[in-house]
Amino acid sequence: MNFKRFEIIKKQVLNEQVTLLEVYAPKVAAKAEPGQFIIFRIDEKGERIPLTIADYNRQTGGVTIIFQQVGATTMKLADMNVGDCLLDFVGPLGTASELEGYKKVAVVGGGLGTAIAYPQAKKLFSLGSEVHIITGFRNKELIILEDECKKVSNRCVVATDDGSNGTKGFVTDVLKSLIEEGNNYDLVIAIGPLVMMKFVSKLTKEYGIKTIVSMNPVMIDGTGMCGGCRITVGGVTKFACVDGPDFDGHLVDFDEAIMRSKVFNKMEQQAKETHICKRLGGTV
Amino acid sequence: MPNMSNEKTKMPQQAPDIRNKNFSEVALGYDKKMAMEEAERCLNCKNKPCMNGCPVNVKIPEFIDLVKKGDFEGAYYKIKETSSLPAVCGRVCPQESQCEKYCVRGIKGESVAIGRLERFVADYFMENCKEKQPEIVKKGKKVAVIGAGPASLACAGDLAKAGYDVTIFEAFHKAGGVLVYGIPEFRLPKNIVQAEIDKLKTLDVKIELDTVVGKTIEISELFDDGFEAVFIGTGAGLPSFMNIKGESLNGVYSANEFLTRVNLMKAYKFPEYDTPVYLGKNVAVVGGGNVAMDAARCAKRLGAEKVFIIYRRGEDEMPARLEEIEHAKEEGIIFNLLTNPVEIVGDENGWVTGIKCIKMQLGEPDKSGRRRPVPIKDSEFEIKLQNVIIAIGQTPNPLIKQTTKGLETYEWGGIIADEETGRTSIDGVYAGGDAVTGAATVILAMGAGKKAAKAIDEYLS
Repeated sequence: MNFKRFEIIKKQVLNEQVTLLEVYAPKVAAKAEPGQFIIFRIDEKGERIPLTIADYNRQTGGVTIIFQQVGATTMKLADMNVGDCLLDFVGPLGTASELEGYKKVAVVGGGLGTAIAYPQAKKLFSLGSEVHIITGFRNKELIILEDECKKVSNRCVVATDDGSNGTKGFVTDVLKSLIEEGNNYDLVIAIGPLVMMKFVSKLTKEYGIKTIVSMNPVMIDGTGMCGGCRITVGGVTKFACVDGPDFDGHLVDFDEAIMRSKVFNKMEQQAKETHICKRLGGTV
Repeated sequence: MPNMSNEKTKMPQQAPDIRNKNFSEVALGYDKKMAMEEAERCLNCKNKPCMNGCPVNVKIPEFIDLVKKGDFEGAYYKIKETSSLPAVCGRVCPQESQCEKYCVRGIKGESVAIGRLERFVADYFMENCKEKQPEIVKKGKKVAVIGAGPASLACAGDLAKAGYDVTIFEAFHKAGGVLVYGIPEFRLPKNIVQAEIDKLKTLDVKIELDTVVGKTIEISELFDDGFEAVFIGTGAGLPSFMNIKGESLNGVYSANEFLTRVNLMKAYKFPEYDTPVYLGKNVAVVGGGNVAMDAARCAKRLGAEKVFIIYRRGEDEMPARLEEIEHAKEEGIIFNLLTNPVEIVGDENGWVTGIKCIKMQLGEPDKSGRRRPVPIKDSEFEIKLQNVIIAIGQTPNPLIKQTTKGLETYEWGGIIADEETGRTSIDGVYAGGDAVTGAATVILAMGAGKKAAKAIDEYLS
């Protein structure tokens, strides 16, 4: 089949907030590796938004992104359908995760972070590592990729904050009990909200287990040019776009990253409200 | 009759207190009468000192002579003999340290307004004439040009005219490089840049946007795809920070981030455009170059009440164009010279509240020949503000270097390339512009692109 440049070839609503899109971008698909990201733009007036690659298919040229509707742009993206085209879709950006040579790995995904943790687990599993996946969601309605995760792991635990799926607790609780059970992980990969990654890293530090986190700060170009994505790792300034997005969780200054993630909150809220108003047919 | 006035013919411009609230072009350009009047100030000196001051040796007295005669179209083609982007260079070249610096008229008064005349000629042509399509004999050979800034545009244009199939690979969603993401609309309207890019398209130059060479495709793969030579014109895109306390606070931008948000992403039209830029009441820009002036003047236009330039040396040492410094002052930018930031101060939630600085004095000249600033003891003071924009320079982006085996670079990141040809350590790979020299000027980059095009043509012939 002939697809147009950056055409949406598959759409799946994973829950009321989270959507999966597969976009035709053969050049990106040809090079993509787990841990890398793309930057997209919907239309001429749109902003550039980075999203981590959730999956890729070198044969069909499809690149999968999974995203949550958090602001105006992701809301617009969720409104797009199969056959629509994005204006821009550039990548793969960032450095690929180094996943070779691990015996036993715990992959921890928090909420939407599961979408980014999944390709890493898949790659580790294909490389022959023993993979345990722990995912956490607020409630059972928000669970995503459960079947996919089961297929690429030796053990998969899905926890919910409210226990509505039968397993109550935070991912840190589950990880702790697995470690206490005697699982000797030589690597923990934690991907999710900053607060979750902070506490997973704190926990694994106590046990001395190497931990990789994936950072997703504000950025524009994704090639090292704007410096907006700077974070402090081990006391040194790093650019998440080119030096990451993977970093040693024991060295990342999470408190600073959490603070920096709020820079544009007010303006994003304004853009979101404007967009909601437009979507409801109002004039602004 | 030569015009013996000691002053340049004035160029109309928007009044300062009006223009500092809009993004329309500041300088409005000469009309025919003004241009011919100014052209009469040129003495057409035999030894043409102005030409030697121009990095691409534009035939200045000859084009000015054509302006005198009212042959503006002829003047345009005269400039184009050695320059690719007259409408751009007429606006952004630092003429006072190049052509105009050597003008004989400058000894007793103001030099001939060469830049203004170049701009007039280019604008007149764009409005009234149509570029002659050169006769192109196709060579059937492919050349890849990486980046779409001034060096690459010049290189691509010359190669296309010489008959090569040229493809430009650009990482951003728009071609133009620093001309679109860095230099603001009020100094270089984007329709002028677009016109230059459209001209390239009429020469069959292909432009592949959204393609990051080093990520989406590597240089070795370009050769596999049938390209026989590659020009790297990726500029100096990596922002430098000061490494002082507080640089990660909310409200601190690199000039690159700030200007890209404002210019390329059009944050000044938020929320019509989706990209935001957060700016408080008082803003400081650290640095003394054109980028610092651009950032300060953008901040003022976005509604900041007080905008400070903080620069550690004196005004004479500022690398910015004289005109930009003057325009910034007229627009109400406050200059804190001989002042160096020591810390950016923030509140408990991580937002900038001020900048601590120390006063400096000039000591002995340093490596750059400029007098070295040294701190004055116990002279620290704090300015209360909400934003700090850091404009202390950029270095070349390491993406290509990291993924291109055998490409030699200097320790500071610049690609090692022959000055006359742009030849690098890899056969068939050429480089020029800021990627080689570090942050410099549009015209130097353009000149390097032209030299490389010539060398590539010789290499492939």
